[in-house]
Amino acid sequence: MDQPPSSVKLLGSWADSHTHRVQLALKLKGLEFEYQEEDFINPSPALLLHNPVYKKVPALLHGGRSIVESVVILQYIDETWTDNPIMPADPFERAVTRFWCHFTDDKLAPAVGLVFSSSGEGQKAAVDQVHENLKLLERELKDGAFKGRRFFGGDKIGLLDIVLGCGSYWLAVFEEVMEVKLIDPESFPVFHAWLRDFEEQQEVKETIPAIDRLLEYARGIRQMMLSLSNSSSSSSINNAAASSG
Amino acid sequence: MGEVDTKGVVLLDFWVSPFGQRCRIALAEKGVEYEYREENLLGDKSPLLLESNPVYKKVPVLIHDGKPVCESLLIVQYIDEWWPHRAPLLPADPYARAHARFWADFIDKKVRPPYADASYVLWKLKGEGHSAAKEEFTGILKLLEGELGDKKYFAGDAFGFVDIALVPFVCWFYTYETYAGFSIEELTPKLVAWGKRCMERESVAKTLSDPHKVFEFVGVLKKRFGVE
Repeated sequence: MDQPPSSVKLLGSWADSHTHRVQLALKLKGLEFEYQEEDFINPSPALLLHNPVYKKVPALLHGGRSIVESVVILQYIDETWTDNPIMPADPFERAVTRFWCHFTDDKLAPAVGLVFSSSGEGQKAAVDQVHENLKLLERELKDGAFKGRRFFGGDKIGLLDIVLGCGSYWLAVFEEVMEVKLIDPESFPVFHAWLRDFEEQQEVKETIPAIDRLLEYARGIRQMMLSLSNSSSSSSINNAAASSG
Repeated sequence: MGEVDTKGVVLLDFWVSPFGQRCRIALAEKGVEYEYREENLLGDKSPLLLESNPVYKKVPVLIHDGKPVCESLLIVQYIDEWWPHRAPLLPADPYARAHARFWADFIDKKVRPPYADASYVLWKLKGEGHSAAKEEFTGILKLLEGELGDKKYFAGDAFGFVDIALVPFVCWFYTYETYAGFSIEELTPKLVAWGKRCMERESVAKTLSDPHKVFEFVGVLKKRFGVE
């Protein structure tokens, strides 16, 4: 069942990885959509109306209704526009896909965010945590559920590629800004190869902002955090950093 | 997650786990036969648990012909998708499904038993921390009651995914009330009425723990963690 594409609007933020997930999914489905940029520190009335519970981007507006939470949005897109599916058909495969999406947002992303927002011993612990999490993914790619696949979704990008891929660029950015090793190709060869391949895809190149912009953005936030490192307002910046990680 | 050596449907669980109870309710709604295996949350984890959930090492885990599925809400969706013809737990319409997934995810993030998160323990905190936790908790219940409104169940007339996500916590209400010193019935009467309606379903009535046993269990936890 197809909906008129012009009825789709996305509220997002240019540096927000969850927004990129939705943009990429819409592009992969060949859907036109209107985009409205939101300032995550000052949400617009529209965003507060459409996401009253979390007050965050992204929010997808379709046919007068809103859908929020990126993984929920991605499944909604896949179930509404059924060509070029991004979820597998088999229930077990679907459970495995959803599990690793959960892992990404529950474990990997917060650890990456913590690398960015901490220093000294705390940062070292966060870096170790990121490595532990990447090891688990490396193992699944090499010998586990995704063995032998080009992408997590198989020959084509699927939902898990979108979720992991839109956010993994922060690994390279934080490596440079924080001068830490997060994703070296010797320790994580399969993951590294997957990420390179993912980032070469046309739709991905059109979605993820230029690395220079991301570096500048990250440096700016890090400066702000360091200069406020002992005040209580640093927690909202941590949240901002974590939500964009 | 690699395959393990079991046949049929096996559920690794712990008697009082609300997450495990979500799975038990879903299996009962679908009329699926399964083997229940109790893990001891207060003791050592079995080799099967460690093998089938190496990432989180937690219950519940559903193992279906040797293939493990982890995370309670993912297990419930798996059960719904594998046995689609009886008692559908998610609606057919994509928007309604998204709505259900959103609220189930909200419940998963915000409504937690005390042993799940170190931070979310009403009775571990004193003074300021305690009243802040209480306020947060009452806020969450009110939001959920607002979402339920005057409907029979969260999705309308059909018992489903959001109900399953939340209903195991109904047997924790007595414990929350006793420690936090409020009445959930006074605070959110519609939610309490919804809980009672759910308890009229055999799948729920046979699954939820006796509230007094839950309270006793928390007492054991408190002693274990040296909290007074």
